[in-house]
Amino acid sequence: MPKITYIGADGTHYEVEAENGSTVMENAIRNGVPGIEAECGGACACATCHVYVAEEWRALTGEPEPMEEDMLDFAYELKPTSRLSCQIHVTNELDGLVVTVPPRQA
Amino acid sequence: MSSNFAETDVVIVGAGPCGLFAVFELGLLDLKCHLIDILDRPGGQCAELYPEKPIYDIPGWPKISAQGLVDKLIEQVQPFGPEFHFGEMVTELERTESGFRVRTDGNATIACKVVVIAAGGGSFQPKRPPIPGIEAYEAKSVFYSVRRMEDFRGEDIVIVGGGDSALDWTLNLQPLANSLTLVHRRPEFRASPDSVNKMFAMHEEKKVGFQIGQVANLEGAEGKLSAVNVKGPEGIVRLPATRLLPFFGLTMKLGPVADWGLNLNEERIEVDTVKFETSEPGIFAIGDINYYPGKLKLILCGFHEGALMAQAAKRIVSPNERIVFQYTTSSTSLQKKLGVA
Repeated sequence: MPKITYIGADGTHYEVEAENGSTVMENAIRNGVPGIEAECGGACACATCHVYVAEEWRALTGEPEPMEEDMLDFAYELKPTSRLSCQIHVTNELDGLVVTVPPRQA
Repeated sequence: MSSNFAETDVVIVGAGPCGLFAVFELGLLDLKCHLIDILDRPGGQCAELYPEKPIYDIPGWPKISAQGLVDKLIEQVQPFGPEFHFGEMVTELERTESGFRVRTDGNATIACKVVVIAAGGGSFQPKRPPIPGIEAYEAKSVFYSVRRMEDFRGEDIVIVGGGDSALDWTLNLQPLANSLTLVHRRPEFRASPDSVNKMFAMHEEKKVGFQIGQVANLEGAEGKLSAVNVKGPEGIVRLPATRLLPFFGLTMKLGPVADWGLNLNEERIEVDTVKFETSEPGIFAIGDINYYPGKLKLILCGFHEGALMAQAAKRIVSPNERIVFQYTTSSTSLQKKLGVA
């Protein structure tokens, strides 16, 4: 199974095994990664699963869809690498993905 | 906001799916309901957060959109004529000799025998943007809604956001502001294209400022704002400002319910699993807002909780009446209530 590494706001690394087809948000919640709230449960209706995708993975995770862009308006400390983790689906190509959790969700 | 008084059997706090279905179960037992919801329409999270999303675990509906479910529930409770108070939040709950008195921030006072809290994840409230020290300016210089436009006359206003609220208030407040700047993190907007075009036209005429970026910090003292610093593509831009209106969407907060003296478990209300009653007799909690061992936050669980709660509510409202258990398929008395017999 693909591995995802979440880097917490305090620098702690959380490495988890993720099922193909699941979302990066779901794996954070299942594994108790702190700092990802996912208030709306993955409906792309809030911005509380915000992460920064490591630069080298941006091409593979792709660009946010317009609906996700709209929701990102509500996120805190937005960067060009910002994504909502509920909108990134795990695939074999993403094995080794690294995302960083922001200091706080909006 | 006119002051009004009403009397009913049950006040339901929250008009989401569980609150709506509770109207049905209570209605079969001849109990009349008033529902109060901070949103401007029924459906709660289903309507506000994911109306288009399909739900797959409603019994009998292999697939139904969240809004579709709300529409069906509204249809289902029609025979019982529930009274809705939309755009209002319950601010006070007081025990009286005959039951409870519920007050809303919309000036409604409702006397009832039973209160049912079906508030889901809590009430939707404006999100506070994570700007350092913003709390000190709230209700003095920083506002999350416009109650009276006059309060903004002659002020230097900064509005933040890219949705309809941000754009609508930019257009509406511009004529009375001393200056107005809209701040948004990108040149695209969620708001309706018509208002975006109007805003850009005003910007062309130099009537409103438009700054791309995110608010970094505020300047001012003792709640009086003097400037907003925006981190833009070319560094920090200082916008002199006496009023800030951030529109960052809604979040769910337990709200005044937290002050009603009910036993809570991590922001959720503890109930028993026979009556779904809280630690306060006569106050029930159903749906996502309640907690008991084994609780699952599923709409279908909230429906079940509503059915059992209704039995207990009936015993409070009509203590001397014998409850006869009946099926809607065969009981002519239930069918009469539903208007089908």
